[in-house]
Amino acid sequence: MSAVIEVAADQAPPDSPAPSRRRRRSRGIDRPPVWQVVLGVLIAGYLVLPALIVIPMSFDGGITFQFPPTKPSLSQYVTFFTDPVWLTSLGNSLLVAVISAAVATCVGTAAALGLHRLAGRLAGLARTVLMISLVTPAIVIAVAVYISFLQWHLVGTLLGYVLAHAAIGVPFVLVSVTAALSGFDARLLRASASLGAGPTRTFLSVTLPLISRGIITGAIFAFVTSFDEVVIALFLRSPLFQTLPVQMYNSVTAEIDPTISAASSIVIVVATIIVLLPQLIRRPAARRPPK
Amino acid sequence: MTSTAIDIAAEASESRGTGITLSGVTKDFGLAKPAVDDISLRIEPGEFMTLLGPSGSGKTTTLNLIAGFESLTSGTIEIDGVDVGALPAHKRNLGMLFQNYALFPHMTVAQNVAYPLRARRVDKETIRRLVRDVLELVQLTGRDGDYPAQLSGGQQQRVALARAVVFNPKALLLDEPLSALDRNLRAALQAEIRRIHHEVGSTFVFVTHDQEEAMSLSDRIALFREGRIEQIGSPQQLYSAPESLFTARFLGDSNVFALDEPPRSGTATWQGTRWRVDAGTIAAHPGVREHAALVVRPEGLGIAQSATDVPAGMNSVRGRVRDIEYLGSYRSVQLTLGADVPGRAKIDPVEQSVEVGDDVVVWWHPERQRVVAA
Repeated sequence: MSAVIEVAADQAPPDSPAPSRRRRRSRGIDRPPVWQVVLGVLIAGYLVLPALIVIPMSFDGGITFQFPPTKPSLSQYVTFFTDPVWLTSLGNSLLVAVISAAVATCVGTAAALGLHRLAGRLAGLARTVLMISLVTPAIVIAVAVYISFLQWHLVGTLLGYVLAHAAIGVPFVLVSVTAALSGFDARLLRASASLGAGPTRTFLSVTLPLISRGIITGAIFAFVTSFDEVVIALFLRSPLFQTLPVQMYNSVTAEIDPTISAASSIVIVVATIIVLLPQLIRRPAARRPPK
Repeated sequence: MTSTAIDIAAEASESRGTGITLSGVTKDFGLAKPAVDDISLRIEPGEFMTLLGPSGSGKTTTLNLIAGFESLTSGTIEIDGVDVGALPAHKRNLGMLFQNYALFPHMTVAQNVAYPLRARRVDKETIRRLVRDVLELVQLTGRDGDYPAQLSGGQQQRVALARAVVFNPKALLLDEPLSALDRNLRAALQAEIRRIHHEVGSTFVFVTHDQEEAMSLSDRIALFREGRIEQIGSPQQLYSAPESLFTARFLGDSNVFALDEPPRSGTATWQGTRWRVDAGTIAAHPGVREHAALVVRPEGLGIAQSATDVPAGMNSVRGRVRDIEYLGSYRSVQLTLGADVPGRAKIDPVEQSVEVGDDVVVWWHPERQRVVAA
């Protein structure tokens, strides 16, 4: 790390942000050839457009799905924001996502810090076990959760949703905090101790700020994972408590309710904004202390 | 420590620091040999003590044991007469300087320097005053708002130095703080460290593998070898009166003659050549009585064209000039001594005329030699 700092210090003062065009030229990188640009745009379109089609659909006033929209209208949004069923399920989703993301962030960060200090086979094993929900089919987790929660009377409760979603959110936090820790200079901990700071102060004023970006990224992924989780939520639903994805599922299986297009648009926009948050946070931070 | 305690300590500029006593200190990491093997060492209050040695000799481990970063396998460490064996690092009140500076990258210069004061709950007004004073001490006034990455390596180490002395620690531990810097900066920071040692008057324990750095900074040097202290003394003692070949070779250049047998009744023999050896030039090291070597520093050698030119009472040996380098204030002459021993002499650049390939007689005063344990 010291080498990196030195290199950065030797370069020109970092307070002159060059426009990216000039930076590209100064790095000696040619513009990509046209065919690569075209191919890139096509692939991006293939990945993004299907999700985006729902947005124009949501501005149609019909009683079934219409694409392209024929009667421009905001009626889907009016329904979404006035119908208590939709609103309650949105509120439930947000509540579950926020609490389970908070739980997953605490557990995942603590696990990452603990595993970072350990070496050897046991640590590797523990890491794998914590990540296992990433590779397990959602339906398997859902059934397992359902069977155990039935006995514990957690099905259909807020606590049940939070516990299940926190568990699948932990791996995301673990991965991003572990990545942040790999760039963390452990010698700073010794420096902090030598300056008279106890473990708590060292954690709060040295470790936490320096890995905060990893924690925030992990928290966001945990939030989004919970917010759009549908399989476990389907098993845990009760007439009294269901999340937005479950309500969306109901609305297309039980009836043809075009409100789902408004709901989907809102989910897409919210999720996109949240995932982009770290990028937006990084910009001003990068300008301040260049690393 | 309360703010008043810091004030009093900071204002008592003649405070002479703290003594550190190591008794039978051993650290065993479970490897083939203990990293630190039964070391006893007394560091006097206000002393600049250097732990010198090659890498892996245990000097950094010893420093980490004093700092409290490692736990003792056995032995005791006393700071100010108090056994600190059970005290965690953050309660030992020792400042530390690291090779990689270890500045907190997310804090400004002022925040870095204020950190140890905040940890001691010093009030804001005192913090502001002490930070300003110490930044003046390290000549970084006006840089308090900068982040470490905006500073050069030398400036970063000066911030680290300020941070390590601002809370008036009992002693300052320096772990190769200059080795990441380039040559010019290193010299400048050496002077800075020496000046701050004088001004603060605190005990400094300095770890380095650079013998020149150790010589120029230290009051005393403890030379480490394989987890033990080979020799301890002032730089001059170690240079002019080494006890062992290891010390003679580690500090400065030496011409080394492995003696045929330990010196007896005032004479030593090397490859059949007899030399005068006074008792005062024989090391006290017990190993001398088994395997002895005679060492002479390059500046102790003279070169004569023939045996008749050698002044009376000198020890001498035949040699051949292999190469001559002109270095301004002196000439460095590469020699072959006797049949095949490489050697070096520093001679006056103008007075003596020698040519490459000359067969010469190399001589020295018996007082300039030293018989050491080989």
